[in-house]
Amino acid sequence: MTRQKRSRHRLKRTVAPYLYLSPSLVIIGLLMLLPMVTVISYSFQNSAVLRRDSSFAGLKHYQAIFADPVFWASLWHTLYFTCMSVIFHMTIGMIFALMLNSDRINPTLRNILRVLYILPWLFTAVIIAVIWRLLLEPNGVVNSILMQLGIIGSKIEWFSSPETALHAVTFANIWAGYPLFMVSLLAGLQGIPKDFYEAADIDGAKAYQKLIFITIPQLMPIIISISLLDFIWTMQVFPLIWITTGGGPIYSTEVLSTYTYKLAFSSYNLSQASASAVVILLISLGLTLFYIRYQKAR
Amino acid sequence: MRKRHTTKDRLITVALHIALVAGLFFAAFPIYWMLSSSFKSNTEIFALPPTILPKAFTLEAYAAILGDPVKLRFFFNSYFVAFAVTVLTVLIALLAAYGFSRFNFRGKGSLNTLIISTQTIPPITLLIPFFGLVVSYRIFDTYTALILTYLVFTLPYAILLMTGYLNTLPRDLDEAVAVDGGTSWTALWRVIVPISLPGIVATSVYTFLLCWNEFLFALTLTKSTSMRTVPIGIQLLMGQHAFEWNQMMAMSVLGSLPLLLIYLIAQRFFLAGMTAGSVK
Repeated sequence: MTRQKRSRHRLKRTVAPYLYLSPSLVIIGLLMLLPMVTVISYSFQNSAVLRRDSSFAGLKHYQAIFADPVFWASLWHTLYFTCMSVIFHMTIGMIFALMLNSDRINPTLRNILRVLYILPWLFTAVIIAVIWRLLLEPNGVVNSILMQLGIIGSKIEWFSSPETALHAVTFANIWAGYPLFMVSLLAGLQGIPKDFYEAADIDGAKAYQKLIFITIPQLMPIIISISLLDFIWTMQVFPLIWITTGGGPIYSTEVLSTYTYKLAFSSYNLSQASASAVVILLISLGLTLFYIRYQKAR
Repeated sequence: MRKRHTTKDRLITVALHIALVAGLFFAAFPIYWMLSSSFKSNTEIFALPPTILPKAFTLEAYAAILGDPVKLRFFFNSYFVAFAVTVLTVLIALLAAYGFSRFNFRGKGSLNTLIISTQTIPPITLLIPFFGLVVSYRIFDTYTALILTYLVFTLPYAILLMTGYLNTLPRDLDEAVAVDGGTSWTALWRVIVPISLPGIVATSVYTFLLCWNEFLFALTLTKSTSMRTVPIGIQLLMGQHAFEWNQMMAMSVLGSLPLLLIYLIAQRFFLAGMTAGSVK
């Protein structure tokens, strides 16, 4: 190669990666970063999109949201829904992963059960919502089983009474989401070196001691990163709640996403909805920062 | 070191199997109930006591769905949008992943962090500006609106998945092309793409699933019945005839078929995609 050719080659090596990345960067820039700026600017306008009045509104919309008791109720419901979901996703995922990983069951049974335990994961949120509406109908199969077992005395309207609705949607979400943990933890379990357990056996460790001192510490990185992701995603859940309860009855299952959606597309107050959307964005970004720090420290 | 089968040992094994059955009931009963209800008549669904197996097996719910052009259109829309987005995503992500995997360049680290963090942006936050954009560019209620907005959410995952896959391929392969005087572009298409098929399949599967499951944008950015996708169709069905549970279940079964089939045929790729969020 001549020197000229070589320098042209080097130039190509410097420019090429940007060319390969450019379609993605254009899309992410125009359809993700720009809209984020837009939504922030909407939240400071008097009336965005419909009845366009883009004059500066100051913090008016934020004040309106923070003065709205429904917003605080939604925040609380979101927290409850998300925390319970993550805790139970993790617990159930862990129990299922440990059971499937046990050498007490035969391999064929293990493979069949693994496929079946993953099932809830294969269904769209809307379908999960419809299934649980059918199951939890006042005349549905869950009430009928519980009454036959004598656990409840009369039919419960799970989704349409304010006392049970939030628990019911949370339960449906717990059912729908544990397989992510199960699959990740199962992969993690298979990665723990066997000699750790052999050494523990020689020392006469009991099963629960092996669990606490070997298994759980070894799985910790997976547990933490999946919990963070699960938290961020669960916080944003919309369709499951929208289809089962629509945020009702009397706001008892209103979460931040349904609250924002209603502000935007039922009340057509897009500026105030933008303010609420920015609040959700900030919470997500805070958690994401935490997640990225954690991943980098690993 | 083999343990002897003591009574205690056997008891633990029995307890474990009981727990496994309980777990199976928890995981699979709701799905079984959906499936069995879709083959029942509407009156049988609420029969007391509930019938575990359909007493009068009927396909009337499926016939009602498959015989209705409006509902078939939901399926067509879902497949069309999901396929279009998958093709576009995989192409664009492949190029980006190639850039990430095979080149060192200024800003690589921060771009990578940017892409990881876009995974967690709440859809509801983007929905409002998207609505504004879609209305002002007059693409409200079109396929274009859905395809463009879905692309934003599928792309980050696809790039991370593909980059992860390309990183596992030895660099000597494309360097050989460079030695022969080929450009990186030739290396990509001649060498990388043919051996990246497993990665491409996993990425496609995951992208397809994301699109198939999407609800919020489809709900907001389309309006006419002929533009609706399956998830919205199910919701509409629920609004229209609140008591046609067998039809809703049949539609749910049909709407879950692609995911179930992909899972059963390509379990490995499916799991690779579904756990993609947790990879670095």
